[in-house]
Amino acid sequence: MDDFLLRALAGGLGVALAAGPLGTFVVWRRMAYFGDALAHSALLGVVLGVVLDIDPQLGVIATCLLLALALALLQRQRRLATDTLLGIFAHAALSLGLVALAFLETVRVDLVAYLFGDILAISTNDLYWIWGGNLLALAALTLIWRPLLAATVHEELALVEGAPVFLARLAFILLIAIVVAVAMKVVGILLITSLLIIPAAAARRFARSPEGMAALAGVLGCAAIGAGLWASLRWDTPAGPSVVVAATALFALGQLIPGRIRR
Amino acid sequence: MSAEPLLTVENVSLTLGGYLILNDVNLQVASSEIVALIGPNGAGKSTLARIALGLIRPDRGRVWRKPGLRLGYMPQRLTVDATLPLTVQRFVTLSAHARRAQVQAALAEVGAASIIDAPVQAISGGEMQRALLARALLREPDLLVLDEPVQGVDVNGQYELYDLIGNLRQRRGCGILMVSHELHLVMAATDHVLCLNQHICCSGHPDHVARDPAYLALLGRDGARRLAVYHHHHDHRHDLHGGVVAGFPSSPAPASLSGEEEIKPRPTDERDG
Repeated sequence: MDDFLLRALAGGLGVALAAGPLGTFVVWRRMAYFGDALAHSALLGVVLGVVLDIDPQLGVIATCLLLALALALLQRQRRLATDTLLGIFAHAALSLGLVALAFLETVRVDLVAYLFGDILAISTNDLYWIWGGNLLALAALTLIWRPLLAATVHEELALVEGAPVFLARLAFILLIAIVVAVAMKVVGILLITSLLIIPAAAARRFARSPEGMAALAGVLGCAAIGAGLWASLRWDTPAGPSVVVAATALFALGQLIPGRIRR
Repeated sequence: MSAEPLLTVENVSLTLGGYLILNDVNLQVASSEIVALIGPNGAGKSTLARIALGLIRPDRGRVWRKPGLRLGYMPQRLTVDATLPLTVQRFVTLSAHARRAQVQAALAEVGAASIIDAPVQAISGGEMQRALLARALLREPDLLVLDEPVQGVDVNGQYELYDLIGNLRQRRGCGILMVSHELHLVMAATDHVLCLNQHICCSGHPDHVARDPAYLALLGRDGARRLAVYHHHHDHRHDLHGGVVAGFPSSPAPASLSGEEEIKPRPTDERDG
């Protein structure tokens, strides 16, 4: 195998390993649109990186973290529903990014690569970001697992029982921001949420415990990366979308397998 | 019975979005005491319970909990998302480290030992209430706060839950604060009733149902043993907007199960004990 293929595989697996378990919480907490809104701000982060002359990846992570914090604060007000708020932020951030990009005459950015990913162009530097960010996210997730799970089932009950609910929730949205930011290279802004949602949804049918579902989501995500990359090489299709198609195929296959009838 | 206070709520007021939810409310629960909080929909009962639990901060007033007080809470209506695979055992130990034997014992105490391995989405409403109670008991609480514990449970299940809650007080000596939207019927074991409608309209002890033939006919003997009737003694009414109207209604209305303004003043010396 060529080097670029190995890097693509390593990058994809790094993202899938963390996106699967984190994605289970995104599914349980019904936050699919939240990840999407964060992803849409990534382009703004790229521009920020160029303007401040720092690593674009750092700019993307900073922008995603800031947006996540802003959303967490704004969700406390009751005037606008969360989905409206997310819709405003997502599209405003994407449009702002595109407009800001137009002002940077000297910079040429491959838009398609940002929107749909460019997994075959992953560099060694990208790999550091991906594995660093995702291992950090996975480690942090195991730390906040118990309080986050309790709060996901019933927040006030968890609070009465003394769980650090607010800390866990804040940490969780920051982890999503990190995973989304470093996953941009793999599937792109428009498809990132699929890596969070589809493996988790596919794992549901076969899981008997929350932990089992998280682990299986990670495994299925990795399988989707492998299958998608292979299909992309075999039929010369775009890699990022091929990964998403593979994940969807796994999900559909899982639904077809007859299950036990439970009480 | 010792009467060590566990929780005191003093002169608490709360406004939400320009609406007065609670106005100068007082509440006290002591150990081994069962306090029922009753009132119509929107009276602020759940809000007051959540203030007592420390989940909401009141605008004015003081909330005191005994230092180190262990709280058990049974919230109203809990449903777990279908996408979350969770057995009853995991559900009751979400915040507590407990061995399976302990979980089994807690579930047995509430009469639900058989559901320990069932997915939480597959159990009935009554079983969920029992699982919630078991979860609260695993914490060995000093004070149990139960928000509509029998809501959505059939009549026989309600009586069983009432027996269970009454026994818990005796066996464990914990104080119990129970929210109910029933206006005239409370659990027979209740020591003190507070009728809330933004403010405390009246409070007192419930009377035994068995003394009142009308209720006996309505509830049957089974119900009469477990329920008590609470006779309101208001000195005011509420208009449609919740504002206080001074004075009694013009004609004395018979006790009925429908509205809080229907008042049956009665002498206090008829009470048992």
